[in-house]
Amino acid sequence: MSTPLIRLENVTKTYPGTEAPAVGNLTMDVYEGEVLVLVGPSGCGKSTTLRLINRLIEPSSGRIYLHGEDVTDIDASELRRKMGYVIQQVGLFPHRTIAENIATVPKLLGWDKARIADRVDELLELVSMDPKSYRDRYPKELSGGQAQRVGVARALAADPDVLLMDEPFGAIDPITRDRLQNEFLRLQQDLKKTIVFVTHDIDEAIKMGNRIAILREASEIAQIDTPEFILSDPADEFVENFLGSGAILKGLTLKKVRDIDLHDIPALEMPVMRDEALKVLEQSPEKTAVLLDKDHKPLRWISEASLNRTSQPIEKSGKPITVDLQPEDTLQDALGVMLQSSVGMAVVVDRKGKYLGCCSIESLASLIIGGYGAQGAV
Amino acid sequence: MDFFLSLWSFMASRGDEIQTGLIEHSIYVVSVLLSAGLFSITTGILTRRNVLAKELALSITSIFLTLPSLALFTIFIPLVGLGFAPSFIALFLYSLLPILRNTITGLDGIDYSVLDAARGMGMAPRQVLLRVQLPLAWPVILAGIRVSAMLIVGIAAIATLVAGGGLGDFIKDGLARLPLANSLESIWAGTLLCVLLALVIDLALQLLKRATISRGIR
Repeated sequence: MSTPLIRLENVTKTYPGTEAPAVGNLTMDVYEGEVLVLVGPSGCGKSTTLRLINRLIEPSSGRIYLHGEDVTDIDASELRRKMGYVIQQVGLFPHRTIAENIATVPKLLGWDKARIADRVDELLELVSMDPKSYRDRYPKELSGGQAQRVGVARALAADPDVLLMDEPFGAIDPITRDRLQNEFLRLQQDLKKTIVFVTHDIDEAIKMGNRIAILREASEIAQIDTPEFILSDPADEFVENFLGSGAILKGLTLKKVRDIDLHDIPALEMPVMRDEALKVLEQSPEKTAVLLDKDHKPLRWISEASLNRTSQPIEKSGKPITVDLQPEDTLQDALGVMLQSSVGMAVVVDRKGKYLGCCSIESLASLIIGGYGAQGAV
Repeated sequence: MDFFLSLWSFMASRGDEIQTGLIEHSIYVVSVLLSAGLFSITTGILTRRNVLAKELALSITSIFLTLPSLALFTIFIPLVGLGFAPSFIALFLYSLLPILRNTITGLDGIDYSVLDAARGMGMAPRQVLLRVQLPLAWPVILAGIRVSAMLIVGIAAIATLVAGGGLGDFIKDGLARLPLANSLESIWAGTLLCVLLALVIDLALQLLKRATISRGIR
């Protein structure tokens, strides 16, 4: 990889009056455009590490580089204006409107009013909030999720290269958190910011990170690598314990349905005759077929047995298909659907709901056995 | 009923004196509030990072409040003479504590995450103070100013004893001539005017509050 955008070199932070350092001799590189997640048990110094980067905490020794330039001794406020900063409690200014909050850094940088106003509207739209209805409101009128959207918008205001995020979605309810994470990942695809993201939640780390640094006490790096590699090859017992049981299952969130080979289960399009159906079923290795409606949307699972058992019309035999998957869904979703399905498979459809194929437990298992590391390393 | 009528006629006949009294009294309130406010808020800001200095400042200003007011008005006479000066000093010392205490409480009460975000975005310490801390502490500081204002209106009536004028003149005169004609009326006139002045000042501070506190934290 190229030269790191951010480099911490032998950075140590020891608080006065304590002997053990909060961060001990840490060297860490963050590359342009990546999301590096710092994850570890509470008290491991991950937040301290983050705050050393924008020097909200001054290092006791060591150097900090940004774009290859030593920024350890430059004016801290100037440095911070180049980095977006998002924290768990959001920290919006309650006495200022949403627009004024977002305008904070542009105002510090002396942008003119028109430019600031345009930028505020642009950012509100970026975080899916209607500028007209939110611009002039105050933070107390926002829900937790909305407040953090504004927090992110505020951090992005002056278009910094770097975003520092300290458990940004930690105080938000699970459903909203999931939505915000997804939105944020989509945003990041376009923005390509260099992001250092702190969390204590390994699942969030796996989901958000291009690379993960698992930290133990005093911010010592236990392992730093892609999520795929860490999951398939934990460096030591500490990492293994931290990943917890079910590392394989966690890995399923990293892969999408489109990453696996779809099983070719024959499809029967309505209207279809019984004899014709039986012929198709006989040739199907699984002795199963998917019944489709006129628009190619899957309706039911049809098997030989179910056809022979009743004299019901074909569109009433077999089991109905209630849930389907799209190529964008994660394998974890797929596993859930498969386990619920009566035939151990899940139907995959495209955006318009048209049948594409099926995925089975076997195809999942072969992917897992094949190893994430081999297939997934970035 | 008779008393109200005689009080009314007493006040109607003393228009000039009432005007002078009100003006002198108001001058005390305004000048003391401005100077004590400036002093206390500055002290609160300067000591905000040092617990020891904060406690010391609070202890000293609360001692002033425990001194008997009569004594506080008189002990400065040897230094500054009679009239406005000793009264001003006494009232100034009295009104420090409510404003200082509220300044400190207001600054301490700000959500840490707001300050963290402010610094994290690159506000210099002075910008954090002026754009975030003071605006957020202001409602609490203003509440302290209101307490001091009420305190001053009441205690300024003692200024008359050191020849400092104000509405206390009516009360003192009445007291001196008791039980002669119009003595009780004079005492009541002074008292009522003090209450009236307090109400007007409170209203003015309410308006100031409306005008200076953001809708977001009201």
